[in-house]
Amino acid sequence: MIHARGLVQTFDTRQGRVRTQVRAVDGVDLDVAEGEVVGFLGPNGAGKTTTLRMLTTLLRPTAGSATVAGHDVVAEPVQVRRAIGYVSQAGGAFSGARAGDEVVDHGMLYGLPRDVVEQRGKALFERMDLPGLWARMPRSMSGGQKRRLDIVMGLIHEPQLVFLDEPTTGLDPQARANLWEHIRDLRDRLGVTVFLTTHYLDEADALSDRIVIIDHGRIVASDTADALKAQVAGDLVDLELVDRDRLADAAQRLATLVDGRSEVEVVDHHVRARVPRAGRSVPGLIRDLDRVGIGLESIEVRRPTLDDVFLSLTGRSLRDADAAGPQEGGPTTALDEAAVPVTPGTATGTPTAGPPPGPTATGSTTPGPTTTQGALR
Amino acid sequence: MTFMRESFIVFRRQLRMNLRNPAWVIIGMLQPVLYLLLFGPLLEPLIDQFGAQNAYTFFVPGMLVQLGVFGAFFAGFSLIGEWREGVIEAERVTPASRTALLVGRLYRDLLQLLVQAVILVALGFALGMVASAEGILLGVLLTLLLGGACAAASNALALSTKSEDVMAPVINMVMMPVLLLSGILLPMTIGPAWLERASDFMPIRHVVDGVRASFVGDLGGSAVLWGGVWALVLFALAIWWGTATFRKENA
Repeated sequence: MIHARGLVQTFDTRQGRVRTQVRAVDGVDLDVAEGEVVGFLGPNGAGKTTTLRMLTTLLRPTAGSATVAGHDVVAEPVQVRRAIGYVSQAGGAFSGARAGDEVVDHGMLYGLPRDVVEQRGKALFERMDLPGLWARMPRSMSGGQKRRLDIVMGLIHEPQLVFLDEPTTGLDPQARANLWEHIRDLRDRLGVTVFLTTHYLDEADALSDRIVIIDHGRIVASDTADALKAQVAGDLVDLELVDRDRLADAAQRLATLVDGRSEVEVVDHHVRARVPRAGRSVPGLIRDLDRVGIGLESIEVRRPTLDDVFLSLTGRSLRDADAAGPQEGGPTTALDEAAVPVTPGTATGTPTAGPPPGPTATGSTTPGPTTTQGALR
Repeated sequence: MTFMRESFIVFRRQLRMNLRNPAWVIIGMLQPVLYLLLFGPLLEPLIDQFGAQNAYTFFVPGMLVQLGVFGAFFAGFSLIGEWREGVIEAERVTPASRTALLVGRLYRDLLQLLVQAVILVALGFALGMVASAEGILLGVLLTLLLGGACAAASNALALSTKSEDVMAPVINMVMMPVLLLSGILLPMTIGPAWLERASDFMPIRHVVDGVRASFVGDLGGSAVLWGGVWALVLFALAIWWGTATFRKENA
């Protein structure tokens, strides 16, 4: 469905008098098969949106080529546009117009007759949990409703392929979970190929068949979430001891389970290590500890997360990369974020145009021993 | 024809949003009325010095061009709001012609201008204007071309700057010389020679002269010819610029 080779996008930026060329996307190869749901993951400013804008014909590649839905993005942009739907970060429905009117006009720009668009639009409103909102203005919708309306607009011409750019940014956890259901439905019930960008690890994990990771404009990994996680050397086992004096002993016993690529870490009352297939080896370890009388305060076993994957691929955690974005990525970040209404400058600002949620909204991706998923009982 | 259909869809959407905000429609209609009623009488005692016969036959064409130029210059502001909400991007991923996305918006501005022109001309007649039907038709046509050019330029500027804060001073900077050098309010011929020379370089001045000449009935004269040429040139340039920004519009 998507075949891209060597995609490059450079921007000229100026800081003071110094003109620099920024390679926002630096040689991206990408293949997406029909019916796949692919998560395009990377920190802010990594080149996600820029890549997306090239694939959707909005931005002409500086170099490289891409075929989307069987047509070349440069030579046949109109055919590409007919076959794809694109839901940008900013949405697409005007806050002061009626939702139904916006959907109908959008569909008619694809050359569809009015009655067909109206019928499809109303069916999509039902499917997307927007009953009775046909005549409502987006400015008086909730963030989640607004995003679902944007998706309705992206689907009105029944595209084979849908691009979703940061679909859940700015939504509360409940609205995110609800939107995930609808995104899964796109493929499962409508048979649409989905290509979505996100900088939330849990989102990529939960939705995608395959994850493509981009950093500094280059693809650094492309595989299923499980395969990517398997690259990280095992599950994290964290033991909290009652007695500090037994730490060395416990560390020695834990070290026998480690396969050499990783080390045992001792911090405060904790001993920690990455252990392959912890489910098989940990019960034995616990019996062992119990036998020699090493008392445990808590035990935790955590499956590797995509954050661990990102860390092992780039040497940085995704959150650090995000925080460093504005300095490191500099102008690239600004370009990536350009489509986001950062400040609702006029009275027409949408309710969704708020700051993206902090790490609190992505609780399960937060690394560290506080996570309890997979803890043994 | 696809282009007509696409631009009409865009036009209908714009019109619907405009009508939802009737305050602007009313202000737009009131503008010409206020100018004629509150400024027109000031010209009546001076009209002999302009070398013209009738104050309103002189003033209505100037007013017409002013409405065309100034109303249209502000057309781009609503586009920035739409851009910010992703509307432009959403329209740009449809197969619709980029020119249709621009022209559909121009139809709305031209319709508003046409309605204002009708009010202005009708009121002008009520106040004693003398003009032929052909002359008025041609004059209004020239005004629409110029108004379309200004609206297209305003849209292009809006998509290039993407910020009301940048666009407002630029528009103001352009409007001052246009207002002062086009002879919209008073004819340039009554000023000193250097000022008139300076105004020769203002294309819109020639359009004003052309509209005035056609209202007076001098349809075959050089003023109408040059006014027409300039209106067409400006229109073509602005449409080209506007389409280019709709086509490119980098992030």
